[in-house]
Amino acid sequence: MTPPPASNGITDAIWKLFASIQLTIVLLLSLAATSVIGTLIPQNAEPAAYISAYGETLFRFFWVLGLFDMYHSWWFQVLMVMLAANVIICSAERISAQRRILLVRRPRFQAERFRNLPEREAFDDDRPPAALQSIYAPVFARTLRCVQVEQTEAGFLMFGETGRFTRFGVYAVHVSVVLLLIGGLIGSLFGFDGFVNIREGDTVEQITLRGAGERLRLPFAIRCNDFSVSFYETGAPKEFRSSLSLLENGREVLQKDIIVNDPLRYRGISIFQSSYGSVPSEEAVLSFTSQATGMIYNREVRIGAEIVLPENLGTFVLRELRPNAMFRGRSVGDAFVGVLAPPEGDPEEIILPVRFPTFDRMRRGAVVIAVDEFKERFYTGLQVNRDPGVWVVYTGFILMLIGCYVTFFMSHQQLCVEAVSRSAKTRVSVSGTANKNKPALTRRIKQISQALKESTSP
Amino acid sequence: MTSSLILSTVTFIYGIAGFLYIFAWVFRKPAAGRLGTGVALLGLAGNAAGFILRWVESYQLGFGRAPLSNLYESLIFYAFCITLVYLAVERRTANRTIGAFSMPLAFLAMAYASLSPNISDRIQPLIPALKSNWLIAHVVTCFVGYAAFAVAFGVSLMYLFKRQEPASAAGQMPPVETLDELTHQLVVFGFLFLSAGIITGAVWANSAWGRYWGWDPKETWSLITWFIYAALLHARLTRGWRGRRIAYLSVLGFSAVLFTYFGVNLLPGLHSYQSMGQ
Repeated sequence: MTPPPASNGITDAIWKLFASIQLTIVLLLSLAATSVIGTLIPQNAEPAAYISAYGETLFRFFWVLGLFDMYHSWWFQVLMVMLAANVIICSAERISAQRRILLVRRPRFQAERFRNLPEREAFDDDRPPAALQSIYAPVFARTLRCVQVEQTEAGFLMFGETGRFTRFGVYAVHVSVVLLLIGGLIGSLFGFDGFVNIREGDTVEQITLRGAGERLRLPFAIRCNDFSVSFYETGAPKEFRSSLSLLENGREVLQKDIIVNDPLRYRGISIFQSSYGSVPSEEAVLSFTSQATGMIYNREVRIGAEIVLPENLGTFVLRELRPNAMFRGRSVGDAFVGVLAPPEGDPEEIILPVRFPTFDRMRRGAVVIAVDEFKERFYTGLQVNRDPGVWVVYTGFILMLIGCYVTFFMSHQQLCVEAVSRSAKTRVSVSGTANKNKPALTRRIKQISQALKESTSP
Repeated sequence: MTSSLILSTVTFIYGIAGFLYIFAWVFRKPAAGRLGTGVALLGLAGNAAGFILRWVESYQLGFGRAPLSNLYESLIFYAFCITLVYLAVERRTANRTIGAFSMPLAFLAMAYASLSPNISDRIQPLIPALKSNWLIAHVVTCFVGYAAFAVAFGVSLMYLFKRQEPASAAGQMPPVETLDELTHQLVVFGFLFLSAGIITGAVWANSAWGRYWGWDPKETWSLITWFIYAALLHARLTRGWRGRRIAYLSVLGFSAVLFTYFGVNLLPGLHSYQSMGQ
């Protein structure tokens, strides 16, 4: 690829800029420097938190620069797109410049290039050059490709090369960088990232999307059959486990226990164990002790449902579970609040702290009410997302690792054997060049030279 | 724990090795350098033994797991990697002055793990987030990379020192061209492993948290490190950036490594199990 022929000055200048490695260095260092900001300023927090931390003026300034979600800000994205363009154009230019080395069927070997190389091995062979040529050719072809032979006045030259593909390693790395960016783009355009809390026994079909906070309906329903958390003796958490069922049209299609690091995947959507918590249940077992007879009546009570008490003690309605309830100006912790309506007199609000079962005795009423049994239900916090770009990104990962390895540790080697008839013997010298990794070239020359020395007539 | 005792001893062995290398360099006593190599090898063996024993001890406690899960264990492993990478470099260059700039780093890593009152050497079971097959691959690749960068940092300091004062004790150091080339080779090696470390981390994050990249501070800082070393590798292709600037970039890159490793714990994020007390 060459610059567009009919280009004006500006296009040309831009092309040149993007074809330069200097720009790569500047972009990489700019990305490094700017990325620091987002690790110092907490990202995606509430505006109020920022204002109290930085003050109004600084907040406005940071806001304009997009520093509160800086990795998605326009200028950061521009830097990344510039890097991608730089990588693509640089690679295209280099491939174009090296096309005579990279893309030809028969590479051109020039004898002059090999004659004065420092990397060489030489030995004498008793056989004449003409005989050696046919013996060497298959030995050469065993490790080298594109073998060519050239006749000279006193013998022959034999050329071959290996590892030409390794020159593409660096382009594989560059392509991988572009793939990572494309994969990220696909994910942000066609994927979603949300969360949902499900109480044990409940079924949900909608999740909340992160960031925007919008609701999203899933193509299936998730039921949390059970949640459990276990601890080590030290008190550190050992395992969070949710037993989930997926339902389509009310029919269970999949059942799986998920734990951290072992998610559930179905129809491109992944469900991860991410948090948990407990919610008070809607029910409690209350005990009603009649002061007159001393009888204790246990009743299962649901919030909102009125029950009629025995011994004509009146009616009782459980109103709510009040977190951190107050009683005469003092906190008594979580407490059930109900209303007792005796047959005569006014209804009375009763506070039943979960932690203090005998609390209601203080009231000295005709009936003492206490919380006998009160179950907490767990809810599981699930992360639900879909990222169709993930396979593009993974392809990029693999390509990057292979590309890095090939680029850094393999090389393109070209070798030359020259046989020159000298009195009764033939002087054979093996030399070579490589685009990098000189020690490997030296080893290769030794190895080829050894193989030629030991070669015998077929 | 026996392993902690062995590892504390290794701290002093590494300290002695570092001292011997520096002594050999400053006072031009090659014999001290050769002794340094022997002591470093002894330390390496002890380090490996302590590491393996700690692994065994975790099984005896009833929750076997690789000892790569908190700051103490990662420092132990880091010191091991630095020493291993250094000894490989020593073998290749046959020059022990590099030891004076590398072994002190292994000693510091080990000393920080053993002596800091903030770092617990207790063997704790794994919390749910760390129970993954990716743990070993992620930690090993990262720390091999970090170790190569640490030795590259030492070599870059030597380069800068030698360019500044070629006549002094720098005379025993390898030629500046060799130091420059060595920095490059170490960075290349570290870069491959850092890339692998970031990638295994991303794949793990995708299986644990549902996203391969979330701009969490640790992730971001590892990427910053990657950017700096990528810039270094490209800088070598440009004439004006060779030599001194490469050495500066290598020093800058290693500072980013240190911040990724230690500094990020001061910032909020998901990698908090790496923090001090754990």
